[in-house]
Amino acid sequence: MKTIRKSLAELHTLLVNKEISSVELTGEYLDHISEFEPKIRAFITVTAEKALAQAKKIDQKIAQGESIGPLAGIPMALKDNLCTEEIVTTCASQMLREFIPPYNATVTSRLEAAGAVLAGKLNMDEFAMGSTTESSAFFLTANPWDLSRVPGGSSGGSAASVAAGEVAYSLGSDTGGSIRQPAAFCGVVGLKPTYGVVSRYGLAAFASSLDQVGPLTRTVRDNALVLNAIAGYDVLDSTSVPFNKPDYTQFLENNVKGLKIGVPKEFFEHGLKSEIAELIKQALKTYEQLGAEIEECSLPHMQYALPAYFVISTAECSSNLARYDGVSYGYRAEAEEVIDMCETTRAKAFGPEVKRRMLFGTYALSSGNYEAYYVKAQKVRTLIKQDFAQALAKYHVLLSPTTPTVAYKIGEISEPVACYMGDVYTIPVNLAGLPAISIPAGFVDNMPVGLQLIGNYFAEGLLYRAAYAFEQNTGYYQEIPALLREAD
Amino acid sequence: MTISKQDVEHIALSARLKLTEEEIKLYTKQLDSILECVDLLEQIDTTDVRPTAHGVELFNVLREDEVEPSLPQEKALINAPETEHGFFKVPRII
Repeated sequence: MKTIRKSLAELHTLLVNKEISSVELTGEYLDHISEFEPKIRAFITVTAEKALAQAKKIDQKIAQGESIGPLAGIPMALKDNLCTEEIVTTCASQMLREFIPPYNATVTSRLEAAGAVLAGKLNMDEFAMGSTTESSAFFLTANPWDLSRVPGGSSGGSAASVAAGEVAYSLGSDTGGSIRQPAAFCGVVGLKPTYGVVSRYGLAAFASSLDQVGPLTRTVRDNALVLNAIAGYDVLDSTSVPFNKPDYTQFLENNVKGLKIGVPKEFFEHGLKSEIAELIKQALKTYEQLGAEIEECSLPHMQYALPAYFVISTAECSSNLARYDGVSYGYRAEAEEVIDMCETTRAKAFGPEVKRRMLFGTYALSSGNYEAYYVKAQKVRTLIKQDFAQALAKYHVLLSPTTPTVAYKIGEISEPVACYMGDVYTIPVNLAGLPAISIPAGFVDNMPVGLQLIGNYFAEGLLYRAAYAFEQNTGYYQEIPALLREAD
Repeated sequence: MTISKQDVEHIALSARLKLTEEEIKLYTKQLDSILECVDLLEQIDTTDVRPTAHGVELFNVLREDEVEPSLPQEKALINAPETEHGFFKVPRII
């Protein structure tokens, strides 16, 4: 196997045993990026020089006999809505095309402290609004499994870069499925942690009560290792939750005997492709053979999750994006007076998806509509939360498909409402603030399919155990896109 | 409910977004189709339901009133489109 596709644990061993240096390893990834970027276009910025400088530091540590952590010296990349000091952070928007953050996001600092090597910043839907990465103001990213298809979104660059082997892992953000859906579309593992487990400090806000940062990796163990580094209370994020962070790798046990899995029947509606339903049934059989107990269950309010999400996410987005006014940072349009400057700045630098959502959010929050839409949606959110609470009192985890279809063809989704339908199984989880993971579950039409496991608050460990057992007994993670096989 | 052209003009003003005539037409149509989906919410009775603001709710996140390190002025200004004497500079206000 090519070195760059090895697991984090294997790469760590190679580095510690001095079979490869971090500079050499980083060089291999950078070469691979140069070779594949013309086709994949996952990166907005490649930080080759800084990556090699960081790699050199880690090599010095190894040479001096210092012990290094499990992520040290290994290249990764960050979604371009995570602030990186002195490295341009665009949110894939003309608004922030030249924005250079004066500070690091907490996740950036934590990975840096863990010795991680930042290889670059990844493409995404503009301000994380979209499900295909097509709303990026810069360019389209291709799905490594089929270049005529989208990688999903909004963390499309994060999923595509990992699937294409350009980095060992990446971070994305998930507001309604933006980590799990692209992970499913690109055949990688993507975790949305419990709301408050990972700090949002330095994550450019889209919908603050829903946004959560999480890892995209090739394997479940890699995912647990990255979560170990980024999770934990942060005084700089007032919604960060103080909790006792475990070592997530301790849960990686190939054993699901007695695990109670609930299968919500509502997650098999809404245009689920029959071949995907078939794969999920097979997955349930696998779990059953491994000794898990499977039972159908119901989350009766799920059909209201999508409209509630529409209202809450757009309302929060209209408020969060009010800060882009051309005054203190970001793009500014020339104008004679200040209101005109602000209105023209926003008209010129925001794309159509962002404008549409801001307009709807403003509508939902305006007087006369506030009670009927915003407060109503927040009440529906309570009902959705209660549905999950009841189900998770009975079952350890809930299992569903991650998405109703495989990755779309580029340009296939044009209607704004159709775009949200693909997130119908992932959105309810964000409304409730629960953790969920998408793992590879097979292929339909040669495209990867994802399986979603949803757990109780702070039960990331249990999700990892359930995901690990499935992964170890199916081995879908070993499949790689034809594009990579041909290049080997 | 339906969204009119006047509604869109009004919310665009509130959102400080200058829209072209074509954009107003397009967004009137699109917001209307979103509204159709959102109006599904009317079907549920939520009379005695308390609203939820966050999935994991925290209350009274406070700290001691002590000076903590913060962004120095020069750094806070590095991305400003225009500055003067250490301030953000904007075009004429009145």
